[in-house]
Amino acid sequence: MTGRDGFIPCRTAALLLLALFALAGSQARPAAAAPLIADLSDHLIAITTGFAGTDVLMFGATDGPGDIIVTVRGPLTDVSVRRKERVAGIWVNRDSLTFGLVPSFYAVASSRPIEELLTPEMLQRQQVGENNLALIRPDARPTKIEEFRQALLKVKEEQGLYSPTLGKVSFLGNQLFRTELRFPSNVPIGSYLVEVMLIREGKLVSAQTTPLVISKTGVDAEIYQFAHTQSLVYGVAATLAALLCGWVAYLVFRKI
Amino acid sequence: MQIYLPIAEMSLDIFLLLALGTGVGFLSGMFGVGGGFLLTPLLILIGVPPAVAVATQANQVVASSVSGVLGHWRRDNVDFKMGFVLLIGGFVGSTVGVLLFGLLRRLGQIDLVIGLLYVVLLGFIGVLMLIESLGSILRRRHRAVAPRKLHQHIWLHGLPFKMRFRKSRLYISAILPVAVGFFVGIMSALMGVGGAFILVPAMIYILGMPTMVVVGTSLFQIIFVAANVTLLQSVQNQTVDVVLALVLTVGGVIGAQIGSRVVAKLPADQIRVLLAALVLVVGVVLAWELVATPKNIYSIALVGESR
Repeated sequence: MTGRDGFIPCRTAALLLLALFALAGSQARPAAAAPLIADLSDHLIAITTGFAGTDVLMFGATDGPGDIIVTVRGPLTDVSVRRKERVAGIWVNRDSLTFGLVPSFYAVASSRPIEELLTPEMLQRQQVGENNLALIRPDARPTKIEEFRQALLKVKEEQGLYSPTLGKVSFLGNQLFRTELRFPSNVPIGSYLVEVMLIREGKLVSAQTTPLVISKTGVDAEIYQFAHTQSLVYGVAATLAALLCGWVAYLVFRKI
Repeated sequence: MQIYLPIAEMSLDIFLLLALGTGVGFLSGMFGVGGGFLLTPLLILIGVPPAVAVATQANQVVASSVSGVLGHWRRDNVDFKMGFVLLIGGFVGSTVGVLLFGLLRRLGQIDLVIGLLYVVLLGFIGVLMLIESLGSILRRRHRAVAPRKLHQHIWLHGLPFKMRFRKSRLYISAILPVAVGFFVGIMSALMGVGGAFILVPAMIYILGMPTMVVVGTSLFQIIFVAANVTLLQSVQNQTVDVVLALVLTVGGVIGAQIGSRVVAKLPADQIRVLLAALVLVVGVVLAWELVATPKNIYSIALVGESR
């Protein structure tokens, strides 16, 4: 979504104004001052038959100048990484390691390169950047763990579920900010956490976490549910449907 | 136009899938095989997870075999008794195959086993068919018409439990078709194919059935084996995608009808040479994929939710 930074649709502008008012309102009571307020244009992404990926707008306001980092984390999973080796001329899966707490989806957006904003220790503590994810590591030699961890990140990038580049958070003036979060068509379903951090002079001033749910809806969700909860009935139905299709095809083409 | 496949959990172009189904259906109509051995690798190639491709293919095979077998039944080319005996082995074999499939998937070796099975079987059958069909073309050229026996008797036919199969004009041990059915059942569960491309040669060369009744009978028993695979894959692995199966079926039946009309205009042994060549090409491509250095030697697999 580059090249659109200067353009803010009416709805967005209204939302931003609302955020600003909310912020102004909270500033009126100094005891409860909120330095950061942010929200998503959608809290539910529905995956339907025509789903080809989607953008969600994150917008908000700060109580003054500063930098913003946004991280998006999908449901945490255990993932096996396998390495192929050549055995008698054929490539075979040999070695494997299993990592825990791997986000099924991960993306970062920020207003400036993250290394300029926080120290490496802080980035690690806040899990900002795919190299700073706190994965549960298996028991193995450190060099092997590192090799497999890098491979995991690379495969995730190839699948489009991790992003090697930073998304762009753009400021309007020095208080209002917005960013487009991109979700590809193969985005895993589940509960996501979108975390917004306000950074000033290398310090984390404020943070806010917003939930985002990605789920299948409509016929597809029902088919998926059906297949996983009543798999025997599903199998029978699939078989009967195929028998019917074959019979109809025979009848149709016998006439021609 | 993209269509979302609920079990594969991805979107694919519906016209690409229809074209794929039609193309493979055309070939299957021409050669009298299910076409699964072509469609499964192609689906994997366009990004469908192998486990989903294999299981869904079995569902599509049910539909295409039904429409095929009805046509053969009308022409009285189905040996039901032989079909049922083959089925006994087929049911046991496909059940064993689905259990094996689940085990290999947990071990992370399913893709390798599928690949190896394809290469070995396609190579073996392709070469056999090529030799046989080229031989028959040469014989036709020389017009040397050798007196033909009904079929060759081998020692296997003499095993106990002999049965009479009237339509096939055979009196052989029932162990033989049961064993053939069992073997093809395992293959069809592991490879997501109806197994016609293994079953048809086995029926002709091992059982000695007349070619006329082979295709109808093999289709008849494949319906049940593929239905069994669909059921078991649904229950055990939840990998049957009905949306994908439906789109492929629509393309497949149309293609098959066109194919069977085209084939009526070509001589039988030349068709077999073409099929042999096709089988060999697919085998070589798959063999290359096993041997060639992969783009990424690492792969990942979801084990479960983290707690």
